[in-house]
Amino acid sequence: MDKNHYILGIETSCDETAASIVKNGTEIISSIVSSQIQQQKQFGGVVPEIASRLHVEQITLVIQEALNEAKLVPSDLEAVTVTEGPGLVGALLIGINAAKAFAFANQLPLIGVHHIAGHVYANQLIHEMEFPLLALIVSGGHTELVVMKSHGSFELIGETRDDAAGEAYDKVARVLGLPYPGGPQVDQLALASDESIDFPRAWLEKDSYDFSFSGLKSSVINYKHNIEQKGGKINHNHVAAGFQQSVVDVLTVKTVKAAKEYDVKQVIAAGGVAANQGLRKSLTTALEKEGIPFYVPPISLCTDNAAMIAAAGYEMWKSGVRSDLSMNGRPGMPLKSWNY
Amino acid sequence: MIWLGIDTANSPLSVAIVKDDGLLIEESSMMKVNHSLRAMLAVEEACRKADITPSEIDAIAVSEGPGSYTGVRIGVTIAKTLAWTLDKPLYGVSSLKALAVNGQLFNGLICSVIDARRSNVYAGVYRAKGTELINVLEDQHCALAELLEKLREYNEAILFVGEDVKLHESTIREHLGELAHVAPFALNVPRASSAILLAQSADQPETVHTFTPQYKRITEAEANLVKKGSSHE
Ligand SMILES: [Zn+2]
Repeated sequence: MDKNHYILGIETSCDETAASIVKNGTEIISSIVSSQIQQQKQFGGVVPEIASRLHVEQITLVIQEALNEAKLVPSDLEAVTVTEGPGLVGALLIGINAAKAFAFANQLPLIGVHHIAGHVYANQLIHEMEFPLLALIVSGGHTELVVMKSHGSFELIGETRDDAAGEAYDKVARVLGLPYPGGPQVDQLALASDESIDFPRAWLEKDSYDFSFSGLKSSVINYKHNIEQKGGKINHNHVAAGFQQSVVDVLTVKTVKAAKEYDVKQVIAAGGVAANQGLRKSLTTALEKEGIPFYVPPISLCTDNAAMIAAAGYEMWKSGVRSDLSMNGRPGMPLKSWNY
Repeated sequence: MIWLGIDTANSPLSVAIVKDDGLLIEESSMMKVNHSLRAMLAVEEACRKADITPSEIDAIAVSEGPGSYTGVRIGVTIAKTLAWTLDKPLYGVSSLKALAVNGQLFNGLICSVIDARRSNVYAGVYRAKGTELINVLEDQHCALAELLEKLREYNEAILFVGEDVKLHESTIREHLGELAHVAPFALNVPRASSAILLAQSADQPETVHTFTPQYKRITEAEANLVKKGSSHE
């Protein structure tokens, strides 16, 4: 490569306002994330209208900071990439319209990136992706197994039929009375536990790579009610550990099975729940046993950020993918291949 | 001096370019358009038709609300991003005051109205003094009936401006009788050139990074929190 290519990434799909500059799709030059967790906490979850209002306050600041930290000016950039969907529509619109204005003002190409493609490409920032690969995407909105045969090709082989894994975590956290965001705290409680309650695992049909977590969530709620009806009190650690074991077991077994069936060169994990320590440990052990390389980005790249958007956007840019100024937020955008 | 004006505060979309106190181009549409899809396209189109490159823009005026939350945010996000990255001054203008410019020649009070559902409105009351618009009643979110009671006390002719006035025309006439005048359709169009006009007489530009819409209303979630009186954190 004779020239370095710098891509600006912008991400506002939920409650982080983020901007980043990535070099050649693999090297983070700057990554700024302004989180709304402190403001959203008092509402017990993300309030979409408040998310949108905070994005407007932060958006130009984070882009400016990303440029400053990288010591670059807009004319050094090759393209502007932004999360097009899925996500909260009002939140997406802020990033998208800022990206459009920035691209127009600086006469740069604009590229709309799928949020989950971004999560997958976060891995490109820590290790080169080798194909075919299997990606396990686990977050508050997603639980998916995707096979990639080359850059930009996504084949969905399994997904959740009800709750996403992260959603189940947040709901169980609420049952345990943990403040928002509760998912990581369930992980902490589970790790600190020496015992666990036995909750069911939803394997679904024998050949299916699909997931289901709503039954498990109901089991946890029923268990709590039963104990409390008898005047007892549940042990939070044991419940968290049992719940976590059930989720992690299903995710691990299905991931390993798919990795073998599709004969992949590597398995990668992506999304907010990929930050879960229990899941990381379980996948590492199981895949090591099979001799399949397993990669998962550091926690800062598992949670929402803009470097991952720029990393995916770089590959799209290289493939000639372009959006125009009529780009709209797509809250239910499906993950589609850009290379066939 | 080249000005870009943007108004997406409500369902109409308006973009204008003014050069040295002369209007070069203005595109206003009263159609229900998707601002997220259309607004930047309209800016690009206006610049192209006026034969202006982005870097030739010297100042930006934007309608800062009140109005549709999403609509206002799109205009403000585009305007502040352009102003920041082009390093040009940004001016936020009340969407109600910009609408009142349409009634500037009326001899009396001018009341701009934007519907806010459930018999509520966003409204601001102005009076023309020479070429200036003086604010008589601050922009606010309020019950329509309450507003009309306040207006009756002025006991003078009032022109109601805005596309949404027709939704409430009978209520307005009930409360104000002969005092009420309703603007004809041609005066209900929010015009981005009005935003520019008002911005030209503003004292000083906004601080771009911290510039936010004037929602004139806290979110429902915040209101519920206040109601609950919970103040943990
Ligand atoms: Zn995410």
